Amino acid sequence: MKFFAALLDRLVYTPARNGKLALMGHYLRTAPDPDRGWGLAALTSELSLDFAKPALIRNLIADRTDPTLFALSYDYVGDLAETCALLWPDNVGGGPTPRLSEIVETLQRTSKAGTPRRIAAWLDRLDSTGRYGFLKLLTGGLRVGVSARLAKTALAESFAKPIEDIEELWPTLSPPYDSLFAWIEDRAPRPSPEAAPRFRPFMLAHALEDQKELAGHDWQVEWKWDGVRVQLVAEHGAKRLFSRTGDDVSGAFPDLLDDIQLDAVIDGELLVRGAGGHAAPFNDLQQRLNRKTVTAKMLAEYPAFLRAYDLLVDGGEDVRGLPLAERRARLERLVAAHTSERLDISEVLTLSDPAALARLQAEARTLGREGLMLKRGDSVYTAGRVKGLWYKWKRDPHTADAVLMYAQRGHGKRSSFYSDYTFGVWRGEELVPVGKAYFGFTDEELKQLDKWVREHTVQRYGPVREVEKRLVFEVAFDSIHPSPRHKSGLAMRFPRIARIRWDKPAAEADRLEALAKLVEARPEPARQEPGLLAR
Amino acid sequence: MQQQVKGAGAPRDWLAVTEAGLYCRPGGFHIDPSRPVARALITHGHGDHARPGHGAVLATTATAAFMRARFGPEAGTLQPVVYGQEQQLGDVRVRFVPAGHILGSAQIVLEHAGQRVVVSGDYKRRRDPTCPPFEPVPCDVFITEATFGLPVFRHPPPEDEIARLLESLRLFPERAHLVGVYALGKCQRVIALLREAGYDKPIYLHGALRTLTDLYQESGVALGELPDATSADKEAMKGAVVLAPPSAIGDRWSRRLPDPLAALASGWMRVRQRAKQSGIELPLVISDHADWEELTDTIDELKPGEVWVTHGREEALVYWAQTRGIAAHALLLTGREEEEGE
Repeated sequence: MKFFAALLDRLVYTPARNGKLALMGHYLRTAPDPDRGWGLAALTSELSLDFAKPALIRNLIADRTDPTLFALSYDYVGDLAETCALLWPDNVGGGPTPRLSEIVETLQRTSKAGTPRRIAAWLDRLDSTGRYGFLKLLTGGLRVGVSARLAKTALAESFAKPIEDIEELWPTLSPPYDSLFAWIEDRAPRPSPEAAPRFRPFMLAHALEDQKELAGHDWQVEWKWDGVRVQLVAEHGAKRLFSRTGDDVSGAFPDLLDDIQLDAVIDGELLVRGAGGHAAPFNDLQQRLNRKTVTAKMLAEYPAFLRAYDLLVDGGEDVRGLPLAERRARLERLVAAHTSERLDISEVLTLSDPAALARLQAEARTLGREGLMLKRGDSVYTAGRVKGLWYKWKRDPHTADAVLMYAQRGHGKRSSFYSDYTFGVWRGEELVPVGKAYFGFTDEELKQLDKWVREHTVQRYGPVREVEKRLVFEVAFDSIHPSPRHKSGLAMRFPRIARIRWDKPAAEADRLEALAKLVEARPEPARQEPGLLAR
Repeated sequence: MQQQVKGAGAPRDWLAVTEAGLYCRPGGFHIDPSRPVARALITHGHGDHARPGHGAVLATTATAAFMRARFGPEAGTLQPVVYGQEQQLGDVRVRFVPAGHILGSAQIVLEHAGQRVVVSGDYKRRRDPTCPPFEPVPCDVFITEATFGLPVFRHPPPEDEIARLLESLRLFPERAHLVGVYALGKCQRVIALLREAGYDKPIYLHGALRTLTDLYQESGVALGELPDATSADKEAMKGAVVLAPPSAIGDRWSRRLPDPLAALASGWMRVRQRAKQSGIELPLVISDHADWEELTDTIDELKPGEVWVTHGREEALVYWAQTRGIAAHALLLTGREEEEGE
């Protein structure tokens, strides 16, 4: 753990790519086996050790510190893992510093019940840098600004091997990568890249800022469905579902995978069926997300399906190099031939006149869509966000004028700023909170807001300050939902500060009744659901 | 059980916070005043403790020398004292004893009406090759700093931090390692620690560090070869240690250095998010202040009847002392540098 913790500690502070490469290269060359393999797995996000929830860490440290001193420390530091790493008693004398391999291999076979005691015993054997790295690893968020690709590049550069050779092998390897290290250190021949289902990087869209950007090309127009973008990989006799970040989420969607019989890789939107077989609002899909396993009840209540956008591999043939129009034709044939309710296709919208595009975008909200997608007909499927090929035009957000009620110090980079704002609207004579936002303003505005909060505090509750009810925010939000957890009975989705209304009197802020009218009716309107379901 | 000191001679009756800072009435003097006063006692040479414009100034020989160098004629009538030397000022007996913070730093011991008060100024308990160590003086009231008065502040051994700097020099031999240091104390301690670790190459200095470093050398602290960074050859500074005030790190001045790697030697570097905010690539936790354990161990060792906390994160230290049954409160002095004051 010593080597790996020291690496993480330096990566946190090293912004430059070359600096990161040098640090990772040094680690991969000098750390012992099999620790460096596990370290590489952590850096490439191949290792998921979500054994400890923040609550567990909190309980462990609470048992060992005075609650007041803990609260003051956490308020100052702003990050739980770091607070715990810094506060944990030193020199408890629990034995030698544990190795990364010992930690990972033990955790992978330990039952959950035994974990807190074991975690505490490891923390006793580490110094503060070691504890920090260990806790970051345990809670699953290294956040050291290293992509899997960069870690692989460090490996390639420090052992003078082509990165392509490593990437080709990668899907067939598993940590701690003995055969990989044996090959790059010239102790053994290169392992053969066997066939396995694998993730392909997504093609992404830019936000459309001006319709003029569309001039001179043919565009395929589709709805931007309000679900989760996924990649279905069915090849070499196996099936996988990957998220936008390349995480394997197959385990949560057995209903979808069991029902699909294809040999293809499809880019699409994951949705669940609501009333009448139509796509249900995002809130329903959320019941199925972030779960390792699912219950039969969930499968029945929220059946998942894939709405196909694009085709990447067709019967073993990589078609990403073909223009979109050709891929679309193949996709339509493929989906049409597949008789399952678990797969349909995102319809292509036809525009009757030039003004139709804006009309559709304006209609997106009523229809429960996130907006429009515009894809150039001749675009090849390219990893990442390439300017000028794909655009998204999201529905316009709602806005409301709300009054700042409470402010809390931020975390991470903003731990010295009051940057999290709870705001409310009027219900009769009182203000009731409707949301919390921590972005939408510039760094300069953040400084002004921080100053304003400090100067207008009326009450302090630990890290939270209640302020004079004087400052109005124009808040933009994507949608608003009933919420029993909020005093107002409403909660905003994706709220952000659109403008700070230094000029506006608080009395003129919005009223709760006005916001209640924006709650979306469900189920969504039956109109315009594309045809393949009814096919 | 609170053993608060009460009665006619109670220190709170003769030592109080005024607008200019801590004032001792029967002695007729201020300690580390924040504005010009007739008679001042100065614990050490840092700018938030030693200010220009006073009438008579009592300070250790080294502190007096720093004040003379910084303020010239504005330093006031300097009256150097040596550690341990007793003085009678009005009705108060006064002596200066080492605080271990920087060269010349002192705790001021006040005795009056059968009560002893120790004003610690800033202090630390770690070994420092550039100044004599903190000397514990049992007392009725201990006036302590609390710059790092939170249990998250536990400074690692400075030798380990220097080892990290040396390892980074090996890992990035093409880059100048620009280490931000406060001009008085930290700069000379970092040099001395590097020398102790066997680093004998030239260490380059920003011009703003020169005068005070010369004073250290004149008072017998050996620091080795310290060429000027401003006039040095860029090529020669590859893989070298360059010391500069923290403000110079992001300044145009640093463009003269080959691909500088920004480091900062400060107790604040213990908290990662803080270090990240300042854009530092190599945080070195080297502090001239007491960390949480030194603060609390010192109070345990001195067993004062009362603890008064001057500046920093008073809340936690006051709370801690009270849980030990020691009467404690914050003094709320103005004019102390909260964030930068190392």
